[in-house]
Amino acid sequence: MKTGIISYGYYVPQYRIRVADIASVWGKNTLEIERGLGVKEKAVSTAAEDSLTMAYESSSMAMKGQTQPIGALFFGTESPVYAVNPSSTILGELLDIGNNYLAYDTQFACKAATGALISAIALVESKQIKSGLVVASDKAASRPHDALEYTAASGSVSVIVGEKNPILTIEGWESFSSDTPDFWRREGIKYPSHGGRFTGKPSYFKHIAGSVKTVLSKLRYKPTDFTYAVFHMPNGKFPVQVAAQLGFSTEQIKKSLVVSELGNSYTASALMGLVATLEYVKPGEKILFASYGSGAGSDAFVFTATQLIEKKRLMFSKKMSEKKYIDYPTYLKCMRII
Amino acid sequence: MKSHIIGYHTTQFGELWEKSLFDLVEETIDGVLKNTHIELGKIDAIFFGNMLGGILENNLHAGAKIADIFNISIPIFRVEGACASGGMAVHLAQEYIQSGKGKTVLVVGAEKMTDVQPEHITQGLISAASGEEQECGMTFPGLYALMARVYLKKYRYDKSNLAAIAVKNHAHGFLNPTAHFKRKVSIQQVLESSTVADPLGLLDCSPVSDGAASLIVTSDPAFIKKRGGITVLSSQVATDSISLLKRNSLTELKATQIAANKAFSESKIVRKNISLAEVHDCFTIAELFAMEDLGFWKKGEAGKRAINFETLRENNGPLIINTSGGLKASGHPVGATGIKQLGELYLQLTGRAEKRQVKNIKYGLAHNVGGSGGTAVVTILGV
Repeated sequence: MKTGIISYGYYVPQYRIRVADIASVWGKNTLEIERGLGVKEKAVSTAAEDSLTMAYESSSMAMKGQTQPIGALFFGTESPVYAVNPSSTILGELLDIGNNYLAYDTQFACKAATGALISAIALVESKQIKSGLVVASDKAASRPHDALEYTAASGSVSVIVGEKNPILTIEGWESFSSDTPDFWRREGIKYPSHGGRFTGKPSYFKHIAGSVKTVLSKLRYKPTDFTYAVFHMPNGKFPVQVAAQLGFSTEQIKKSLVVSELGNSYTASALMGLVATLEYVKPGEKILFASYGSGAGSDAFVFTATQLIEKKRLMFSKKMSEKKYIDYPTYLKCMRII
Repeated sequence: MKSHIIGYHTTQFGELWEKSLFDLVEETIDGVLKNTHIELGKIDAIFFGNMLGGILENNLHAGAKIADIFNISIPIFRVEGACASGGMAVHLAQEYIQSGKGKTVLVVGAEKMTDVQPEHITQGLISAASGEEQECGMTFPGLYALMARVYLKKYRYDKSNLAAIAVKNHAHGFLNPTAHFKRKVSIQQVLESSTVADPLGLLDCSPVSDGAASLIVTSDPAFIKKRGGITVLSSQVATDSISLLKRNSLTELKATQIAANKAFSESKIVRKNISLAEVHDCFTIAELFAMEDLGFWKKGEAGKRAINFETLRENNGPLIINTSGGLKASGHPVGATGIKQLGELYLQLTGRAEKRQVKNIKYGLAHNVGGSGGTAVVTILGV
């Protein structure tokens, strides 16, 4: 048996705000911003929703029909509901998975959950647990008028890692890390800061290239061996550029590029691209998946779809299409800014 | 003997995230010593142009820091005159030589600007404006935009007359390997760039850059004989009211006019002798002012002559402006800018400007402005 992802779930809030509606508030040229960021609208959670409620939604979906005991629950977020007090145990309680599970919250900007995914894989492979639930959930906040305001979005993705009946087997992974402070938020500060263009070349591009090149080399794959590739999506331009730099085609990544309609749900962003791709992947096809977390690091994975994907496939595009537009004041209320 | 510039070095200008302020200083001092084959032991003093080290990085007492890097004990002076810090440093260096305090001095200018948030750099730069201007929330793009509005209205020009300056300077920067921006832009692109402070768009504004540049200035006959060099015919500094409120005119910089008149008077050359100049185009409107205030063009003419691209190198006119790309395309690491301007003239006058070389030139002029015109330095060099 081979370790893999045996189930998954997602939650995309219903509300959307158009980039045009944010740009007009600040007197900005909408077309210039849409073109510059490659994002047209983003998903917004309501004032009643937070990273924990969304995590419950996506995890409930992933847990549906699962019989394997959850031996670990890892919760990756950069918008935890408590500064001190784990979200993972609250989620475990809500999911009613008993008490015999290892729980912790992880923090590493947008890759908090993929690091936890590696931990879950290791626990399953070493037969310490039967299955582990990994959640990526964020209600990403941004300072009004900051460039992040056009992209910072809400959403959650949950995956369950196990050995029995995987829909995606994990061929291998590689991580690339360094002290590169391109995006940060100090304790007690409400909104994150970022280094503008510093978030690009020395950060996102360098780290994703580092993890992807290593995993391809280690597993002896080349970009053309993959039907799909998924890269973290802080905006709509970076994943397209990094794909081109690494030798992946537009065709390989286009199913994953949901950022133009959903925005960047931080820890959930890259995984949103993965679950969007799972709607189309066929048995035997390979997916290259790479996250990015500011600070900085990237985790790259090689997945292969099994026959079971046909049975467990979820229609992510349907969820994406269920949307309702809100105006800027409503957006501010949803984000509890006013 | 007159002071001569006998060597120049510049680092790359741009977003140099892996380098600190003093990494850049060290790189360019090493570079200029290597270029000239002069040992540091032959240098009598160092003048360091820098504006923001104290504000952005809490990084002062720069002289001792430079001494520490090179294990030296010579006099080192930090010179600050906002964006004219580099030009002021060269001015003081040649005055030091002329006063007989030393024969050979090294002038270095550097700025580290891209490590901080845009709001912090904007706040740091506006420290060079008046207290009233700071208190009302003004920024330098805002101050120059006010002046641009008055100029465009007074002489019936529009934004395209400003945009032409950016187009020309980007065309020049395209040929400069150390420029921050090595790409051409069109009038349309400038006009469509996002508004920073109307009528100035993003492409009307010089960038925030990291970089350092250095020169060796000497009156030592042995060095001049060995290295050749370019004569500093005149270096003049003038000042004016820091606040726009106290100015008689918002379409000219009096400090530039005074410094230029004194420089031409001292150097005993006339304006038509100048065939190459590096002028202070922190914003496109600033180059229009410079051309008029330096006396190259008549008042109100600059908008029209700019859009005719008279000073574009490839048009082979009698006066070429900003072959380095200017502040606009070459970049504007504040303390380094005035030194880079003189360095560009040095390269051109000694035939070392490679793809952007202008032929048959004998004299060059550099014009470096602090703030919105509170300080101006005009330097005239000759072969």
